[in-house]
Amino acid sequence: MELFWYIVLMTMLAIYVVLDGYDFGAGIIHLFFAKTEKDKKAITNAIGPFWDANEVWLIAVGGVLFFAFPTLYASSFSGFYLPLMLILWLLIFRAIGLELRGQIKNAMWEAIWDKAFGIASLLLALFFGVALGNIVRGVNLGNVVNGVSTHEAHYFFLPLWNSTFSPQAEQLGVIDWFTLLLGVIGVVALTIHGANWIIFKTNSDLNKKLKKVVFNLNIVMVALVITSLLVWHVIEPKPFHNFMQYPWLWILPVIALTGLIGLFKVKSFKKDGHGFVFSTLFLLGGLASTVASIFPKVLPSTNAINPDLTIYNVAADDYGLTVGVYWFAIAAVLVVIYMIIQYRVFNGKMDDVGYGDH
Amino acid sequence: MIFYDRMQFAFTITFHYLFPQLTMGLSLLIVYFKWKFLRTKIDKYNDAAIFWMKIFALNFAMGVVTGIPMEFQFGTNWAKFSELTGGIIGQTLAMEGMFSFFLESSFLGLFLFGEKLLGHKLHFVTGFLVFLGSWASGYLILATHSWMQYPVGYEILENGKFVLNNFGALFSNPWLLPSYLHNQAGSMVTSSFVMAGVGAFYLLSNKHNEFGKLFVKTGVIFGLISSLLVAFPTGDLLAKNVAEHQPVAFAAMEGIFETEDGGAEIVLIGQPNMLEKKLDNKIAVPNILSFLTYQDWNMQIKGLNEFDEDVHPTNVPGLYYAYHIMVGLGTIFIGLMLLAAFQLFRKKLYKTTWILWALMLMIPFPYIANTTGWYTAELGRQPWLVYNLLRTADGASPTVSSGNTLFTLLGFIGLYLLLGMLFLMLAGKIINKGPQLNQH
Repeated sequence: MELFWYIVLMTMLAIYVVLDGYDFGAGIIHLFFAKTEKDKKAITNAIGPFWDANEVWLIAVGGVLFFAFPTLYASSFSGFYLPLMLILWLLIFRAIGLELRGQIKNAMWEAIWDKAFGIASLLLALFFGVALGNIVRGVNLGNVVNGVSTHEAHYFFLPLWNSTFSPQAEQLGVIDWFTLLLGVIGVVALTIHGANWIIFKTNSDLNKKLKKVVFNLNIVMVALVITSLLVWHVIEPKPFHNFMQYPWLWILPVIALTGLIGLFKVKSFKKDGHGFVFSTLFLLGGLASTVASIFPKVLPSTNAINPDLTIYNVAADDYGLTVGVYWFAIAAVLVVIYMIIQYRVFNGKMDDVGYGDH
Repeated sequence: MIFYDRMQFAFTITFHYLFPQLTMGLSLLIVYFKWKFLRTKIDKYNDAAIFWMKIFALNFAMGVVTGIPMEFQFGTNWAKFSELTGGIIGQTLAMEGMFSFFLESSFLGLFLFGEKLLGHKLHFVTGFLVFLGSWASGYLILATHSWMQYPVGYEILENGKFVLNNFGALFSNPWLLPSYLHNQAGSMVTSSFVMAGVGAFYLLSNKHNEFGKLFVKTGVIFGLISSLLVAFPTGDLLAKNVAEHQPVAFAAMEGIFETEDGGAEIVLIGQPNMLEKKLDNKIAVPNILSFLTYQDWNMQIKGLNEFDEDVHPTNVPGLYYAYHIMVGLGTIFIGLMLLAAFQLFRKKLYKTTWILWALMLMIPFPYIANTTGWYTAELGRQPWLVYNLLRTADGASPTVSSGNTLFTLLGFIGLYLLLGMLFLMLAGKIINKGPQLNQH
């Protein structure tokens, strides 16, 4: 049962990253590359009718985490208190930036909300990368000081940073050089992804420029991925342990690599959707490889005293998990139907949707 | 330390619920306009639906952005509570996400931007689905709430964890149906009063008169029905539940410090004096409370003195005022709507200026009534998170210090003040501009 719900949770998380990922990416593109009102319109039209539904995946991930793995939910949400609150505030700024901009026709009003939307998107992409870094690196479970736990074994609290910015310090911070590296990867990966979505869903004048952006950022991406693989052993001495034990897992990094290589051909794609397919492959493969490398851990312990949190010691009881399968199966079918309807109605290019016109 | 956690939850949920209480009821009214249009083909109804959709969209966006922090805060601020009860309330909260948020958000996009693409009939269907999603959301939240008020279908393990042993019990909980219907009727009151109030504003300012009349009429009809439903049977059933299962909360709500011989009086006005354990300046009517609660004029009702101090609600005056404000306003709503409906029936309402003024000025009060209603439920549950089983003090996050909680509480206050100002400004702008003719 634990394994089933773990796969469900990770699948939902992956869907969230792919969907809201393009929203964040579009926001970053909006911040750096959209110069004219027409460019901006194209971008907001491409994500306007979707962003809210995409964000629901985050709430759904939170809900399923709460229900299936309550101890992990309690431990990580209280331990990452400050970054989560910052994420909430950024989500609020981003959402009102999008929704309120079109309410008043005034250059200053529009400029404020454009910046709110763009900067919040950028910081969110960074924070989500940092979050992944924290999960891979692990935390000081039980807040061990001088070899003694100061809290129950599965609780902890992280400040935003410590003075050394080192992922190997005893008292860790949310932001250190390792998690920051993953944060930057998050920003670059989602920028590429967002650009591909805009190319896919609009006929804007930006598209040609964006293809160039995707190509150049992809070079940066390759460099970042290589760097991160080189420094990975600092965090995890045996990163390939699971891959050696279950060789079929190699398919995950291969998927990521396919996406990465495919994106170099962005300028010669016949169809505008192809770039988006490849950046999706990269995100899915990269995320899956990362969580597969630490499985069955969901939050490693950095001290020798308290055990890692794994899917087996944080799950709800069996009756609850079993009964959940029934309602979840019904809900999942419904969600798929909604998505099919939604994407069929807003099929193809969206330049004329008129988001934010009212 | 727990003080800031409680303040933050109270503040964020109070602010959040200003928006869903309108959107739940308003979605039904918009669907009603759209249905009227499909039946009569009179453009006015479609224009009205589109106008209210704009108000709806703004409220919905506010509801979404202030709603996400709610789900996070169980884990961030109430980690111990989440860890111990997540196997149970996690069910209903996860179901809310899966069943209602997806439904609402998928079809809201279609409802707001899809009129041209879909045609009127399908557009009506998307509106109906948004309505369904928002009411399902309310149902699952109330199921969670009801379990905390009246826990069912659980067992407690040695390590203190609550585990579910009967899924169906979460939904057949006797607390659920009365509180759900009471809450939804309350939401209908808010949306009806807002609609009637906006209509009255148009009539009094002598603009958009056709729509003014339509909004006043629709608001008054729905407002009368829902104001009555809030009191009877839903409010009545809920009060009886409280009297039966949470007698100490009931005593505090009604302001009964000492058990009296014979029937209990109903207190209309008075200030709880916590030093002398009595009500100051009391105005009360004898025996009515016993009759309302048990249909027996002389039934005894227990006072606070019968219960240990450590199970008294932690804020007795707050609970007492919350309850009395809710009931008092509910009574005023019924009275005003009866008068307005009477004038409507006599075809004189649109000329009865003083009622129009009253309707317009009444707009904030259903919000106050809904909020104080929730305060009654939540303050009445104190000092428990799960009634009689888990104390609020034992549910907070063990590692989050009060300095950090105060920091985020201040952040939320600042951010929500900004949101509130933006909301009022934009809602005012939409209302001032008014409905546009033949937009479709």
